[in-house]
Amino acid sequence: MIYFENVSKIYNCNGSSDPCVALDSINLRIRPQEFISLAGPSGAGKSTLLKLLIGEEKPTEGKVMLDNQNLNLVSLKHLPEIRRKIGMVFQDFRLLANRTAYENVAFAMEAAGDSNKEIGQDVPQVLDVVGLADKRDYFPHQLSGGEKQRVAIARALVHRPSVILADEPTGNLDLLNTWDIIKLLLKINELGTTIILATHDRDIINNLSRRVITLDKGKLIRDEQKGRYIL
Amino acid sequence: MIRTNLLRIIKTGFQNFWRNSWLSAATISIIVLTLFVMTSLLLLNVITQSVVADLENKVDVSAYFNSESPENDILAIRQDLIKLSEVKSVEYVSKEEALKQFKERHKDNQTLLQSLDELDDNPLQASLNIKAQSAAQFETIAGFLEQSKYASLVDKVNYHQNREVIERVSNLASNIGRGGIIASLVLALMAIFITFNTVRLTMYNWKDEISVMRLVGASNWYIRGPFVVEGVIYGILAAMATLIILYPALYFVSPKITSFLPEVDLLYFFEVNIGQILMLLVGVGAVLGSLSSFIAIRRYLRV
Repeated sequence: MIYFENVSKIYNCNGSSDPCVALDSINLRIRPQEFISLAGPSGAGKSTLLKLLIGEEKPTEGKVMLDNQNLNLVSLKHLPEIRRKIGMVFQDFRLLANRTAYENVAFAMEAAGDSNKEIGQDVPQVLDVVGLADKRDYFPHQLSGGEKQRVAIARALVHRPSVILADEPTGNLDLLNTWDIIKLLLKINELGTTIILATHDRDIINNLSRRVITLDKGKLIRDEQKGRYIL
Repeated sequence: MIRTNLLRIIKTGFQNFWRNSWLSAATISIIVLTLFVMTSLLLLNVITQSVVADLENKVDVSAYFNSESPENDILAIRQDLIKLSEVKSVEYVSKEEALKQFKERHKDNQTLLQSLDELDDNPLQASLNIKAQSAAQFETIAGFLEQSKYASLVDKVNYHQNREVIERVSNLASNIGRGGIIASLVLALMAIFITFNTVRLTMYNWKDEISVMRLVGASNWYIRGPFVVEGVIYGILAAMATLIILYPALYFVSPKITSFLPEVDLLYFFEVNIGQILMLLVGVGAVLGSLSSFIAIRRYLRV
């Protein structure tokens, strides 16, 4: 369960006396196993919202709750524990360049201190789920964009997180790969993981017909079940 | 779990080292440069110290005694001198000894020897040759010999004739010592800054990776560990490379230095102390490499 309670995020803009408002009094409640699309143009505050959830940024006002834990109060030292409960997928994949697909996924488990036996079992399984079992020993530069994103999803998935946050995961992909990734996220959602998908891709949102939260200039302007992309 | 993590950290450190072999080679070569400068300074210190020690050894003060001074009294003064903490050694040269040395030194000069034979008496004086712990202490020793109770025995103390030379040597010794320390510190500091900056650039290269590691839930220690391990590997390899470069260099240079300054044998010094030098180099290299990584990575961990 995720709550946003009256959350605002204001950045200090260099050289400008007006503060930059990224998020303005957001109230939001996300139930387990939902599939949510976060819509809005660039600069609407979608990424900031996700950054608050993984503790990369702290809200200026209000509180963000994840599974009954107030994220404002988590120190830098304990952030890794929170991040192991959340899977994160980025537009630019953010894989470790000098590690193979297998090692990239295994890294998330190693960092959490899981045993070699568990890693040996789970990593091939997850790579199989995303359809990359045969490319486990490839380095990121040897993989296509779609394949890289699937490695990233496998890495997000391997902790068995309750939530996966995907920030424009298809932004760097062609149409075919885009739908592969969306289908993969839907499949993961069916297996019981909450998915929050931030995107400005009209086609994706209109075809999903799931809950859509629309942000514009930092404000939550629409929240509809089975929504469409309207601006 | 701690054991597993430690093994993973060490393994990753080695892996990073191999997979970025070019970057590793570049960093190691910079550390080699640092260590090379440091060892050269160490060897330079060995040279200057032995040159200064040799110069100080060559300088002494002699006290000449009146011909009628009894040998027993002179030997008593010698005992008194030895008790002084400033005095390193005192050599007694009797009248006969002095004559023998004089004849030996001038054996080619027949005229001088003949005129010496003309004399019935031995014209040379008995003397004490005094060496001090350091050149600066001759003043005190000369003062001791000029006490009034010795006035009837001592004819002259040649400190005053040698004074200028002695002072110059003693100034030189302390200047070389002080200058050497300052030069070493400055050069070592420069080398350390260069190494630190190289490692910092390496870390800059890693900053995106580090933030990814943070975002997928790695703790700071888990991220930092492999870099510190890598730093230690850099240090050890750089130390060995330095020794490998230094040995043949000394092999060729050392005999040339020895022909200038016979009392200095760098190669011998190097061979005798090779264990300690290696340990020093490995220690400095490893601390330099790992500490630089440790500090340089800090700013990228605040994600």
